[in-house]
Amino acid sequence: MFTSVDDVCARLAESGYLASPAVATTVFLADRLGKPLLVEGPAGVGKTELAKAVARVAGARLVRLQCYEGVDESRALYEWNHAKQLLRISAGRDESWDETRTDIFSEEFLLPRPLLTAIRGDEPTVLLIDETDKADVEVEGLLLEVLSDFQVTVPELGTITAARRPFVVLTSNASRELSEALRRRCLFLHIGFPEEELERRIVRLKVPGIEEALAQSVVRVIGALRAMDLRKAPSVAETVDWARTLLALGATALDEGVVRDSLGVILKHQEDILKAGAKLDLDAV
Amino acid sequence: MSAEAADRVVGLVAALRAHGLRIGTGETVDAAEAAAVLGFADRAVLREGLAAALLHSPDQRRVFDTVFDLYFPYGVGAPQGGPGDRDDLRERLAAALADDDATALARLAVEAVDGFGGYGSSPGADGWSSYQALERLRPQTLLARVRDDVRSRGGGPGFTDRLLEDEIRRRIEVFRTLVAGEARRRVAERRGRDEIARRAVAPTVDRVDFLYAGKDRLAELRRTVQPLARKLATRMAARRRRASRGTIDLRRTLRGSLSTGGVPMRPVLRRRRPVRPELVLLCDVSGSVSGFSDFTMLLVQALHDQFTKVRVFAFVNRIDEVTGLLGHGAADPAGLGARIRAEAGLTGHHGSSDYGAALGEFTARYGDAVGPRSTVFVLGDARTNMSDPNPAALRRIAGQARHLHWLNPEPRTLWGTGDSAAPEYAGLVAMHECRNAGQLGALIGRLLPV
Repeated sequence: MFTSVDDVCARLAESGYLASPAVATTVFLADRLGKPLLVEGPAGVGKTELAKAVARVAGARLVRLQCYEGVDESRALYEWNHAKQLLRISAGRDESWDETRTDIFSEEFLLPRPLLTAIRGDEPTVLLIDETDKADVEVEGLLLEVLSDFQVTVPELGTITAARRPFVVLTSNASRELSEALRRRCLFLHIGFPEEELERRIVRLKVPGIEEALAQSVVRVIGALRAMDLRKAPSVAETVDWARTLLALGATALDEGVVRDSLGVILKHQEDILKAGAKLDLDAV
Repeated sequence: MSAEAADRVVGLVAALRAHGLRIGTGETVDAAEAAAVLGFADRAVLREGLAAALLHSPDQRRVFDTVFDLYFPYGVGAPQGGPGDRDDLRERLAAALADDDATALARLAVEAVDGFGGYGSSPGADGWSSYQALERLRPQTLLARVRDDVRSRGGGPGFTDRLLEDEIRRRIEVFRTLVAGEARRRVAERRGRDEIARRAVAPTVDRVDFLYAGKDRLAELRRTVQPLARKLATRMAARRRRASRGTIDLRRTLRGSLSTGGVPMRPVLRRRRPVRPELVLLCDVSGSVSGFSDFTMLLVQALHDQFTKVRVFAFVNRIDEVTGLLGHGAADPAGLGARIRAEAGLTGHHGSSDYGAALGEFTARYGDAVGPRSTVFVLGDARTNMSDPNPAALRRIAGQARHLHWLNPEPRTLWGTGDSAAPEYAGLVAMHECRNAGQLGALIGRLLPV
């Protein structure tokens, strides 16, 4: 898919995703070694966005499995279409039992869910397993077979092996510790907060029309906030939101009043706002 | 892949394993494959590639980076050209700090160690010291100069001007770590990198000893506390959820079966009254365990956000309830331990801890805090300063509580030495060694299985 790390960087940038060297290297490796990529990091640094960008770049279909507490085999892998099976049985009244029995467990009555869809297709596919940490532990066991051998076993049909390996991205906010077995099968990538220079480029890309000087001030204030040890440090998504807000307010430079009024866009806890206000010498937040 | 490159990768893995990173053979093979695909030309790319193949969590990154620098150094020996002049070096350092130029800082770190870090009969004969280099260079004294420099270039004072000093301080901090890394590299060249990789690399944060954690490590530990508390809370919630599916309620099953002609189609399970566990913590906050107690206070505060009923008692030789001081998300967790010591009545005639007196006072004053639904944790090193350990009081608390666990921050081998009453208490209640965040996490997993 990619020829070099620089190639990854350039092509992701074309599709609107500015990757740090770490991100570009791991994406390149995941593609070359054919291994799933486990992406961790705080919310709003672009984990899900990375999978989407890779799909755009590769011209691949994006199959997404959104995990949540209680997601199970029938939501992740496949399900039998019971209604259609019943119809089939009642339509074939005159058949012998043997004919009916073998028939209703065939491809025709199989409802593929994301994992099976990604395995079965023969076009290039990016499989995004989003917020893996939200799923129950049992689902991880399910993922192991898919991730290590790219195959799925349906008891009635046998094992279905991928004709073409999908590019797999798993994301996690680390709200639950993922199992060692799962981690061992993946390349690991931690996306933290970006370097100042990269973040400035992200802001300028996502918020066209912002002045370079304002973008720089925004990123510097965000950097200072992150160093403050708040309950919820502002993420890249908040930086971009803030830049948009400032633009909408018609601000051309940061000053005390503007920062004080728009602090709520970046900080989501009252105590954080108070703390940041005190540290930044804002009067009366 | 050449044999030498393979040896490098394997050596790196061995050094990482020695620091407690669990890396299997499969990952080593992945790492070698990654190295073969990426090539050795670009060091930054190689570093990211190996990290992706070998690491499993972000807090391992710090150890990895240090070890990587030892096994894949960017160069060998001294830099080109002789050692520069100290004032000249400071001059260039100030310029690099003002420009926030990472490559220049790295180069200057090399020069600084080469020029000012060597010690022994002739410079560098015995070794290299980052401490000495930094002591001679004193980068922190450049702050005012760099600030004025940047200001004069930046034009009029804007809002972001007030951030400048902190930003420069952070850059200086970066320079200090660069110097430390460079000194380590030079030492490793002399003494062999395997030895340096074993000894001179700071451990991952979950293996930092509570009792000896420095200030910056405590800040790091604090970030590991939040997930721990969440882990504990989800485990307890899962247990409650499971426990709520009880036996069949015959009366309601039969009553529900009226519509199906008395055939019980749908069994009704007995509903259990939800019992929310109560947590009672008794924390030693005396000076000898201050690192531990600071940490446990943070844990307690994190727990406070997760549970509705947590009661916390702090003691040195007297005991006092401090639950009120730990309000939901109270500001400034760092000063919490100090505030507790200041505001609660914890010491009587002297300032050293006395477990016997504290436990005795607890049973007398707060005996009703512990009931059949409460889980009690005692946190402390059980060093009673030769006073009566009063095991009867502990036995009484254990008798009232549903569970009682004692977490001791001292290594098990030290229990019972000197004034430690640990064996005496351990005979009565379950006492666990709990010296670092890793052990605490494992302990929580064991004490509260899902």
